[in-house]
Amino acid sequence: MSVVSAQGLSLTYPGNIEALKSVDLSIEAGEFVSFIGPSGCGKTTLLRVVADLEQPTGGTVLVTGQAPEEARQARAYGYVFQQPGLLPWRTVEGNIFLPLALMGQNRAEAAGRIADVLKMVELDGFGTKFPWQLSGGMQQRASIARALAFDAELLLMDEPFGALDEIVRDRLNEQLLELWRATRKTVLFVTHSIPEAVFLSTKIAVMSPRPGRISKIIDNPLPADRPLGVRETTAFLDVAAEVRAALREGMDE
Amino acid sequence: MTLAIIGIVVWIGLWALNVMLARWLTERKARIVVPIIFGLTLVLVVELVVTGLNVPFVILPKPSEMVARLFTSLPMLWADFAQTILKGALTGYIMGCAAALSVAFLASRSDFLRRGLLPLGNFVAALPVVGLAPIMVMWFGFGWESKAAIVVSMCFFPMLVNSVQGLAATSAIERDLFKTYAATPVQQLSLLRLPAAMPFILNGLKVCTPLALIGAIVAEFFGSPSFGMGFRIKTSVGSLSLDLVWAEIIVAALAGTGFFGLLLIVERSLTFWHPSQRR
Repeated sequence: MSVVSAQGLSLTYPGNIEALKSVDLSIEAGEFVSFIGPSGCGKTTLLRVVADLEQPTGGTVLVTGQAPEEARQARAYGYVFQQPGLLPWRTVEGNIFLPLALMGQNRAEAAGRIADVLKMVELDGFGTKFPWQLSGGMQQRASIARALAFDAELLLMDEPFGALDEIVRDRLNEQLLELWRATRKTVLFVTHSIPEAVFLSTKIAVMSPRPGRISKIIDNPLPADRPLGVRETTAFLDVAAEVRAALREGMDE
Repeated sequence: MTLAIIGIVVWIGLWALNVMLARWLTERKARIVVPIIFGLTLVLVVELVVTGLNVPFVILPKPSEMVARLFTSLPMLWADFAQTILKGALTGYIMGCAAALSVAFLASRSDFLRRGLLPLGNFVAALPVVGLAPIMVMWFGFGWESKAAIVVSMCFFPMLVNSVQGLAATSAIERDLFKTYAATPVQQLSLLRLPAAMPFILNGLKVCTPLALIGAIVAEFFGSPSFGMGFRIKTSVGSLSLDLVWAEIIVAALAGTGFFGLLLIVERSLTFWHPSQRR
């Protein structure tokens, strides 16, 4: 059963702006799918529709077999935003505890889980710090830990590393890949970096603008075990070239 | 004349002392010691100049006379303080701010209320509300109740404007985040919007503190029982007991500063996370 599926999904904003037009999509459990495209191609909108933060105007979407709203109510996914969005009055632990608290857990029950996810994003020892005492990269890692806290099968990530410098970004990409290999969560990942998409994904959905649509889906043949060095191999560069060609094609249409 | 000149010499001397202290002491000590010396200098200089130049009592009593009067009239000053500050100002302050906060909660839930109320609020906040004092005395009588009513009307709108702004001070990401967690409106209010509003709410409370003092004291000029700080100031000016007027002013200043300081401590502990408070 697909974790996320869409048929003829469309979203037209008032003023006849077609953010998404007849998007068909089927994502299986355990896949890591990147959505790549120029700004305005609707990749963030697509993710927000899956998360029930936007309402489509046509077509159907199913998230874990339910309507997006039901999936949201069932807390079926964790969402990582472009900015960390950590609450400044809560410590890092307090922020990770937030979704668990909203589900009715108390702090003692959640303590073990909080320690686990902090370790996963290599932030152990920083739990009692406040977000504004951490660097941008650490804050974004804390927000990933928060999205992992309640162990949803589906992870939606909207350009989580877009605002970070390249060195930090490489490190976080590696960590994310390890995390994905360890947990085998289904990940939908929005990016506009070709190397990032090729490095992380099992599938790359290339999108094009006006109207926003998926113009091509590329299967990534790279093995699941990918050290950072894989980016210098010809196999990697071939996939990257294919993505670049598809992006250009999408723009020319 | 000699005393006045001594006053100026004292002023220069203590000024030099302060400059030196500010250099020698650690910043923490200097922050406490320097203002105290500055205050004492001011009092001493005024004392010497007023004595030396024979400034008439009705123009400016000597600081020593003000303080002497303060201590000899303590029971009367306490009764005035209780009437004006504790009953009039504080009651009105609590009622006005609590009412404004409650309305702000409603307004944050209803666009209609917010759009309708805020322009009205800005208009009313710009009115000299003290002008309402005679009307409030007609409505609520000479007692502290009419003073509290003035204070309510003075505090309500500044507090409302601040609170409404505060409750809207969340970012789109934070609201989306709570939506993805399927948080209930009550959870969203208590865990997101209220904490985010705290800096604004405390700001409102700070703005309202001097307003409450002014309202309660000035309202007594328009009718009061035969005690209260405003009453005492008005009647003492009439009987030329200027030392008593100044003693009341000292009490008001101490009360206002003390309460404001208390608010700063609360602010520090509740909104330590806000960029303006971080250390």
